[in-house]
Amino acid sequence: MQTKDKKLELLNIIARDENLTNAQMAVLTGMSEAEVDATVKQLQQEGVIVGNHTMINWDKAGEERVVALIELKVTPQYGEGFDRIAERMWQYSQVRSVYLMSGAYDILVEVEGSTMKEVALFAAERIAPMDFVVSQNTCFILRKYKENGIVYDKANLDDRQVVL
Amino acid sequence: MSFNIEKTLNSTVVNIPPSGIRRFFDIASTMEDVVSLGVGEPDFVTPWHIREAGILSLEKGHTHYTANAGLMELRTEIAKYMKRRFDLDYDPKTQVMVSVGGSEAIDAAIRCLVTSGDEVIIPEPAFVCYRPIVQMCGGVPVTIDLREEDQFRLTAQQLRDAITPRTKLLILPFPNNPTGGIMDRQDLEEIAQVLEETNVVVLSDELYAELTYGGKHVSIANISGMSERTVVINGLSKAFAMTGWRIGFACGPEALVKQMIKVHQFGIMSAPTTAQYAAIEALRSGDKDIENMRKEYDMRRRYILDGFNKLGLTCFEPKGAFYVFPCIRSTGLSSEEFCTKLLEEQHVAVVPGNAFGVSGEGFVRASYAYSIKNIEKALDRIERFIKK
Repeated sequence: MQTKDKKLELLNIIARDENLTNAQMAVLTGMSEAEVDATVKQLQQEGVIVGNHTMINWDKAGEERVVALIELKVTPQYGEGFDRIAERMWQYSQVRSVYLMSGAYDILVEVEGSTMKEVALFAAERIAPMDFVVSQNTCFILRKYKENGIVYDKANLDDRQVVL
Repeated sequence: MSFNIEKTLNSTVVNIPPSGIRRFFDIASTMEDVVSLGVGEPDFVTPWHIREAGILSLEKGHTHYTANAGLMELRTEIAKYMKRRFDLDYDPKTQVMVSVGGSEAIDAAIRCLVTSGDEVIIPEPAFVCYRPIVQMCGGVPVTIDLREEDQFRLTAQQLRDAITPRTKLLILPFPNNPTGGIMDRQDLEEIAQVLEETNVVVLSDELYAELTYGGKHVSIANISGMSERTVVINGLSKAFAMTGWRIGFACGPEALVKQMIKVHQFGIMSAPTTAQYAAIEALRSGDKDIENMRKEYDMRRRYILDGFNKLGLTCFEPKGAFYVFPCIRSTGLSSEEFCTKLLEEQHVAVVPGNAFGVSGEGFVRASYAYSIKNIEKALDRIERFIKK
């Protein structure tokens, strides 16, 4: 059984690079390989580690992908609050993320499609007609500068000089 | 009569050999696809809130000289920092001087203490600046060869054997560049016992004090009776990833700091003002940054140490700084040969141990101020080099 600190250390390492082997993670954390293996499995079972994905700069890959953030004001459902609405949203394959928000609107939905028209039509035809939707505002992402802590298109040059 | 500038040059300066670290990197800079483990500075960029404080000071028009000893606000923060992090007490008005990097404070301290014929004890391997500065002051460097079996610590016996009636100063460079060795409280107490009987002053170069692993740094100034004879040199370069800002500082006995400020005043005037404002922010709100970077270095330290040991280039566990100092004797090559061939054949740059003193022969210095991916790549190439 690992301490909370060790678990967090391991999670921080995995969050940054999911491609590391158990042997590498063992060296980085000072744990044994077996401990890393057991801890990762336990964290997966507990639903702490829920998945991983590689971040891709689709613009550079030459693939047109349009992403919009749709801000929704909604009427919470009796007995189920916002949860039922969120569930309705995440069923769509076009929807990548759903968040309950504080502030000017209630739900933020991230939608992906191959063209602006496709995404706009999805918002107009699928989301707008839902009876609990009071209002919606669709904002297209034009350029991604930084996502999940990673800056896109940053020159990775080591400009340090040997001075002595 | 033809004028020859060469004949006018100060022979003491001319006779000082250039730094041995540089040569390899001059070669490396002409090569393609070099993986370096050579640079002795953090790979992190200064945290944004600190950079922002520098920018803000420019926006406000703080573009003038400061007091010679540094902004009072900064000296006050330095005194608080030394108390908070290392339990050391200094009066910011009289015992703290802000310098242009730790190097300038080292230079000023040696110049204020060493005169012709004075002996200065330098435990080696060590950072390369002490010997030339001592020589330029007319002093005599006396080397103590630190040993791997002592984990490159200075032992009381070695110190006792090196002290003569002419000994003026002991340089104490821990956590150590290049070995990563440290001195714990007990080691320092033993050193203090030897010094008590003497008039030897201590210059404790603690630039890497924030980068220790598995235990907090102890300064010799913490040992009873030592603060009155110790000048502690520290700075923001390593702890806050601020090498380019050039802010260091010296803390020590008032009488010594007063003279150091004189040297600093005539040679430098004052440390860069923008950098001083950034340093205030770093010391005030940067403890968390230190911790984040230290954790990151610690992971890399484990990784590179494991890597070298698996390659059979055995390496004692360094507890400080961001260097490992593996022994390369098993390859049958000298440090210079190892580094030259490794650079030529596999395009990996590490620094030969003898660049840091004769006792560094048989070792190389590898910095882990690099990403894990870079370290992994370097280790792969070193493995290919050794197997060949």
